[in-house]
Amino acid sequence: MYSHRLNNLLLWPASLALWFLLHGCTQPTNVEIALDEQILHFGLGAEPQHLDPHLATSVAAHNILSALLEGLVGEDPKTLKPVPGVAHRWEKSADGLTYLFFLREQAKWSNGDSVTAHDFVYSFRRILNPSLGAQYASMLHPIKNAKIYHAGEKSWDESKVGARALNDHLLEIVLEYPIPYFLELLNHYSWFPVHRPTIEQHDAYARMGTAWTRPGNFVGNGPFSLTSHRINSVIETRRNEFYWDADKVRLQGIHFYPIESVDTEERAYRSGFLHLTQSVSADRIDYLKEKYPGELHCEPYLGTYFYRFNLQSPPFDDLRIRRALSLSINRERLVDKVLKGGQLPATTFTPPGTGGFFPTPKFPYDPQLARQLLMEYLDEKGLERLPPIELTYNTSEGHKKVAEALHGMWKDTLGVEIRLLNMEWKVFLSTISRGEFSLARAGWIGDYMDPHTFLQMWRSGDGLNMTGWSNQSYDAALARAETSVSPEERMDHFQTCEDLLATEVPILPLYFYVHLTLRHPSVKGWHPTLLDHHPYKHVYLATEDEQ
Amino acid sequence: MNRFILSRILQAVPTLWVIATLTFFMTRFAPGGPFDAEKTIPEEIKVKLHSHFGLDLPLFDQYLLYLKNLLQGDLGPSFKYPGWEVSELIGSAFPVSLTLGLLSLCIALLIGLPAGIIAALRQNTWLDYLPMSLSMAGICLPSFVLGPMLIFAFSTQLGLFPPLGWYGATDWVLPSLTLGFFYAAYVARLTRAGMLETLKLDYIRTARAKGASDWRIIFGHALRGGLLPVVTFLGPAFAGLISGSFVIETIFFIPGLGKFFVTAAFNRDYTMVLGTVLFYATLILMLNLLVDLLQAVLDPKSRSSS
Repeated sequence: MYSHRLNNLLLWPASLALWFLLHGCTQPTNVEIALDEQILHFGLGAEPQHLDPHLATSVAAHNILSALLEGLVGEDPKTLKPVPGVAHRWEKSADGLTYLFFLREQAKWSNGDSVTAHDFVYSFRRILNPSLGAQYASMLHPIKNAKIYHAGEKSWDESKVGARALNDHLLEIVLEYPIPYFLELLNHYSWFPVHRPTIEQHDAYARMGTAWTRPGNFVGNGPFSLTSHRINSVIETRRNEFYWDADKVRLQGIHFYPIESVDTEERAYRSGFLHLTQSVSADRIDYLKEKYPGELHCEPYLGTYFYRFNLQSPPFDDLRIRRALSLSINRERLVDKVLKGGQLPATTFTPPGTGGFFPTPKFPYDPQLARQLLMEYLDEKGLERLPPIELTYNTSEGHKKVAEALHGMWKDTLGVEIRLLNMEWKVFLSTISRGEFSLARAGWIGDYMDPHTFLQMWRSGDGLNMTGWSNQSYDAALARAETSVSPEERMDHFQTCEDLLATEVPILPLYFYVHLTLRHPSVKGWHPTLLDHHPYKHVYLATEDEQ
Repeated sequence: MNRFILSRILQAVPTLWVIATLTFFMTRFAPGGPFDAEKTIPEEIKVKLHSHFGLDLPLFDQYLLYLKNLLQGDLGPSFKYPGWEVSELIGSAFPVSLTLGLLSLCIALLIGLPAGIIAALRQNTWLDYLPMSLSMAGICLPSFVLGPMLIFAFSTQLGLFPPLGWYGATDWVLPSLTLGFFYAAYVARLTRAGMLETLKLDYIRTARAKGASDWRIIFGHALRGGLLPVVTFLGPAFAGLISGSFVIETIFFIPGLGKFFVTAAFNRDYTMVLGTVLFYATLILMLNLLVDLLQAVLDPKSRSSS
């Protein structure tokens, strides 16, 4: 009896579906349009916390800031060796302590103002100003007396900080001690300049969280300028016409998308929304290798995945147990059978090749010796078996996989019971920093291309040490490496540090990170680098035939 | 009626105060802090950060200061994104969530109501079984399965809609459908149940005996009573819809409120947690009031009791 009305009602969903289909029409993807527009669509991973180079602390921030700002030197796109940036040339004194940077007169801010040596001095002073509370201010401690000023004990002039503008285009930097990687260090965003009038207009000299980094306010000196920033959505930049090398910049803009979910990022890539992803889910590697063989890239990355022992409490206060655990890890099997993402087994803490340092592998796999060491310990302590060990890691499928694999290896080789304890990220960090762990997961990404960025954290009492390990010989070797002028001697001292880590085993290096990414073939001028830095002025988009 | 509304609004004030207080202390007592990171921050920098955000004050003073600022409408800066005020972030994300929520609600009603009415009118026929089976599937199918399926079909394969983002009207379609289908399934089942109950009542029989048309019986008499369960459901459902869905926002990369709501807790972004919780609580209170008013209009019995 309701049939007529019913037919009308049934038409509703059908009409709706038709409307959707008519309304949406096949659209060209970002990647297709980009070839004409020269806009790079970049998967950023996370939303950066700050766009202020003196407050930024993340890889995401680096990826954006290296488009918006330029330091004294630039980077070679393939080797990351220093090339002229704002400074067109530089001179180093014979003792390696004084650098003179000759700034190019054509270097401009994105509002047309000249970039001067005074801007750099102002910027160094700002990041070192203790009131700003910059987390990476210590990156500038190699400047003579910078540490004194940063401690807030004396004023800038009283501290006699070794950074002076000799004139508008000549900058002098005096170092505390010769640093072979000093020029590489200048490419960290903490060394980038900020535009003084903008900072002062927003009262941002000693304050965080001001609006100077918003689009419309941000004045940069990099190849691109900031045009829009919608949080959790997109950060858009366009080519900066005032950039001194603007003629070489082929991209018209870069759009950064802070897509945190690796699955969403992969879908975005596969649908032509992104040119490159920040990462790839480990579970998808096999599929992507098959479907996108030329687009899945597995590139070495300056990072080490490792476990920390807590040497303050048993059983890890005993070297034999630490060694036994280390000797029973088959790192080859871990990377080949469990991780399967092209990672390299870590038999040193510093990734080989960091700043030309190739440490001798020292963490071997020797299950027999491991069992022997364990037996010695058990006999001495009068134990039948080792009490269960707690392994703490932050909640993640990847970390769980590694922990389970190691659990298996230790159980098979040593019969040791491991309790896996996963924690939410902040709870994990707070637990580890309080030293309430036995064995805990950790990772370290280098800030610059030198072994120092890895080995400094194991100095006695360093805030990142957290193992309770303290070794005077290690501290002495590190101090000698820091002040050594001869590159060979430095490497020898770093090798001593590596040897001590392998002998004392306060940590278990497991594997070296790789950067897994999907990259569209139309992205040219993009080369694999250990720091995952890619100077954008060399990047462009072209079809396979074009170059 | 005005007195009723006024009293409900006044009741909301202590409720919000209790929520603000509980949330404030729960976030502060959670292990870990906003500045904990793998690369530990030097102690002197931590002191500066604490002082910048007022965390150096005694906890109770922080609480009083927070309440004072709250009364002035100041939710403070986000700990995670110090360059942005919490109110600014909520203000930019809410229109997105509101649009998504309203569209999803429209889809839910446009699909759910007709499906429920048809199923009730044709009880125990294929027109009942089919929509009810689909609605059961809609309830059971999680959005993290349906979303990628829709993206695969309509974006990757057919290229009709963008796979993700929130930059134009075409971006709205797939997330609204994903979220809307789930609610449509509920609406369909509730409508069917409500209609079946109402259609059996004496006044419907009387209307039919008096020769009222089908159209008038359904839309003039039965629907009004049959929709009551749907209206009750829609109040909190609507608040849930417009305050953002973390899963949908993650799948479709939408800059909505849901993401702030969840990640603020993980980041120990104290001000953002409080801001989003209070915002959500206010929405729930307002929408519940709206539902009560709507029920009073639809149902004379509830009108007299209130």
